[in-house]
Amino acid sequence: MKIKAVMFGLLVGTALTGMAFDASAQTLRFASQSDALTLDPHGQNEGPTITILHQIYDPLVMRWHDMTLRPGLALSWDPVEPTVWEFELREGVTFHDGTPFTAEDAAFSLDRARVPPSDYRNYVSSISEVQVVDDHTLRIVTSAPNPILPQQLTNIVMLSKAWAEEHGVEAAQDYAGGEENYAVRNANGTGPYRLESREPDVRTVLLRNDDYWGDREDFPMEAERVVFTPVSSAATRVAALLSGELDLILYPPVQDLQRLEQSPDIQVKNTTENRTIFLGMNLGADDLENDTVEGANPLADKRVREAIYAAIDIDAIQRVVMRGQSVPAGSIAPTYINGYQPAFDERLSADQDRARALLAEAGYPDGFGITFHCPNDRYNNDEGICQALVGMLGQIGIEASLVAQTRSIHFQQLQNGELDFYMLGWGVPTFDSEYIFNFLYHTRDGNRGSWNFTGFSDERMDELVAGMTGETDLAARDAMIAEAWEIALDNLNYVPLHHEVLNWAMRANVDTPIRADNSPRFAATTFE
Amino acid sequence: MFAFVVRRLLQSVIVMLVVGLISFSLFNFVGDPINNMVGQETTTQQREQLREQLGLNDPFPVQFARFVGNAVQGNFGISYRMARPVDTVIAERLPATVELAFVSALFALLVGVTLGVYTALNRAGWTSRLVMTASLIGVSLPTFLIGILLIWIFAVQLQWLPSFGRGEVVSIGGWRTGFLTESGLRALILPAITLGLFQLTLIMRLVRAEMLEVLRTDYIKFARARGLSNRAINFGHALKNTMVPVITITGLQLGSIVAFAIITETVFQWPGVGLLFIIAIRFVDIPVMAAYLVLIALLFVVINLVVDLLYYAVDPRLRVESGSARAH
Repeated sequence: MKIKAVMFGLLVGTALTGMAFDASAQTLRFASQSDALTLDPHGQNEGPTITILHQIYDPLVMRWHDMTLRPGLALSWDPVEPTVWEFELREGVTFHDGTPFTAEDAAFSLDRARVPPSDYRNYVSSISEVQVVDDHTLRIVTSAPNPILPQQLTNIVMLSKAWAEEHGVEAAQDYAGGEENYAVRNANGTGPYRLESREPDVRTVLLRNDDYWGDREDFPMEAERVVFTPVSSAATRVAALLSGELDLILYPPVQDLQRLEQSPDIQVKNTTENRTIFLGMNLGADDLENDTVEGANPLADKRVREAIYAAIDIDAIQRVVMRGQSVPAGSIAPTYINGYQPAFDERLSADQDRARALLAEAGYPDGFGITFHCPNDRYNNDEGICQALVGMLGQIGIEASLVAQTRSIHFQQLQNGELDFYMLGWGVPTFDSEYIFNFLYHTRDGNRGSWNFTGFSDERMDELVAGMTGETDLAARDAMIAEAWEIALDNLNYVPLHHEVLNWAMRANVDTPIRADNSPRFAATTFE
Repeated sequence: MFAFVVRRLLQSVIVMLVVGLISFSLFNFVGDPINNMVGQETTTQQREQLREQLGLNDPFPVQFARFVGNAVQGNFGISYRMARPVDTVIAERLPATVELAFVSALFALLVGVTLGVYTALNRAGWTSRLVMTASLIGVSLPTFLIGILLIWIFAVQLQWLPSFGRGEVVSIGGWRTGFLTESGLRALILPAITLGLFQLTLIMRLVRAEMLEVLRTDYIKFARARGLSNRAINFGHALKNTMVPVITITGLQLGSIVAFAIITETVFQWPGVGLLFIIAIRFVDIPVMAAYLVLIALLFVVINLVVDLLYYAVDPRLRVESGSARAH
């Protein structure tokens, strides 16, 4: 009886397995947490959307796997005048529908990307005009000298002018206005994969574009088909990878990494991410809403901010909360960006005695109470980090009461200026320091400084940010960046925590180069 | 009869309005969709413009009145996340949820009744005790844990069944069904068991209790005394008389199956309305959340209304109490 049951189980089992997984090795089955929001090339500036777009469309300037710039659809680019960049375009490139890619298409795409409702318009707001010189030469005129224009073009992909006109998608999708257009679920790019089918939230299938212009050494393109499925539950994503239903997953949970690494069928790759986690403090207000001190703002005193910094044992957080999956940081600059110096990551040493002494000196020998706001679903183990921080601050007398909530509420309150002491993470898609100063250090004036909720305002800093935006002499510009970092590090309106580490888990027979922007390129994936 | 129906319908409308009001007021606490809809480079002014454009700055009563006004006309607005009409999106997702709920209910009913009868007839047997103990686990384990457990056993260890998704679907007149493909049927098994397990144990315990009750009654004893076969007594008389409450409970539970599908759909990445709702919450996609809650409320209201009307039709006492004491 027992043997019979086992036999039956085996029989059914083999029959079912035989039928289930007959996917050939050339299909790459990829899963991430969430789906692309749209396929319109300029509709949404958001992680998963960018990942899928870059399989189908190409930018003029590519960011390679090591985050350096490489020729994409443009072969070379030079500033011919202070406000004019000339781009020489690649010849012999065709769109998926067979039509050739020319400077007209590039000019059309850039114009489409730089006006509302394009969600990329803030990247290319410096462009005032795009001129077509000949079929393969393009001139981009900027309103002021812009030395980092090529850096800002890496996420602006090129589409066909004729195709856009034929289908009435000359303007980007007005995503925020709730508009759907033809380009949302159809695509015609020059990229290594063409769109075969798309069911939002369920499945997106890509097919290899055998006419791709890329060199096969750089782009082996071994995956003939790519099936992208969003799987929102992390446990299910891991299970499906282990069972062989998926080949590559993003965001494997930190607590599962060790087990995944031990499995012979799975390999895990990691790298420092282009994002730094830190604490923001409101030092601009005269009195804080969220503290127990009446009539004064303890955070306005630099000694208090330094005490908070000195109270944090970042190594303990790295070891215990992050299970090694973080790189302690001494500034809020991700390691990849222009202007970063290794010295930035030398932290103030953790020293509780010194922290207590600093607090006493500032007039708070018994500490004070303050509400501490954190997201609980935005960064790796964000709530866990905050809980650890509450304990560490408590040891020097700062009674931090933690409010950990979902990102939608956290960022809403942050945008409303309701938070005085908060956690924030910042990634730098242009890979240049200016992006940090512009958003996080410049005086909040409705245009710049839109993420500066610290009340920090420094005339010299604002001057430097304005200068960086227009300085074409790179040495002079780097000097400005260095000076801005000096002000930033000296002022300490942000207490740095760590650079995030990102992990990709894949089947052992699949190999794909990991990228700090968390955006895999399937053309680079190889199979064993 | 007419007055009764009208009264019940009016009550249903009030229930719907209250549900709408409560759910809508909750949306004030789920956060701000703006940050999810635009890139981080978006300036403060652009954010403010968008907020104004979406009407998020209007006072709560204005927003609610606008929502009700549009909803009455069948217009649930545009999803913030998918930039498509909410009713289209829900209509696309509904078949997946309906099929899953149907299969789970069927599974729960068939297995539940069988096991209930078995455990009632073999009260002392060790298999019955085992089933009863196992059913306690079914009642007390949370759904997501059961789902993960099933995935672990049948997808990861044995690799018999897929761990996520709905397999291949076939579209028949706009209804996308997974019933007609092998991968679609295989993908149904684990989520249907996960979703149906709680109802199964409920039905099983109910059938068992009712059956034990009925087996003690005089007419069963009389039937035995008459020398009827066990089979005729157990299934012809006893089971038949236990089915009335079982059918009532199953009907009422249908609503909960659809509503509780949220968790099962999330665990198995089942592309139904429950998963749509969970993702909508994460994104603060207010139009989708509002439409989903109204839909679920409508489902419960309709089921209860039907049950009430059936009772009215079945039970003559209700008719007498409603005042129409006419002699027939």
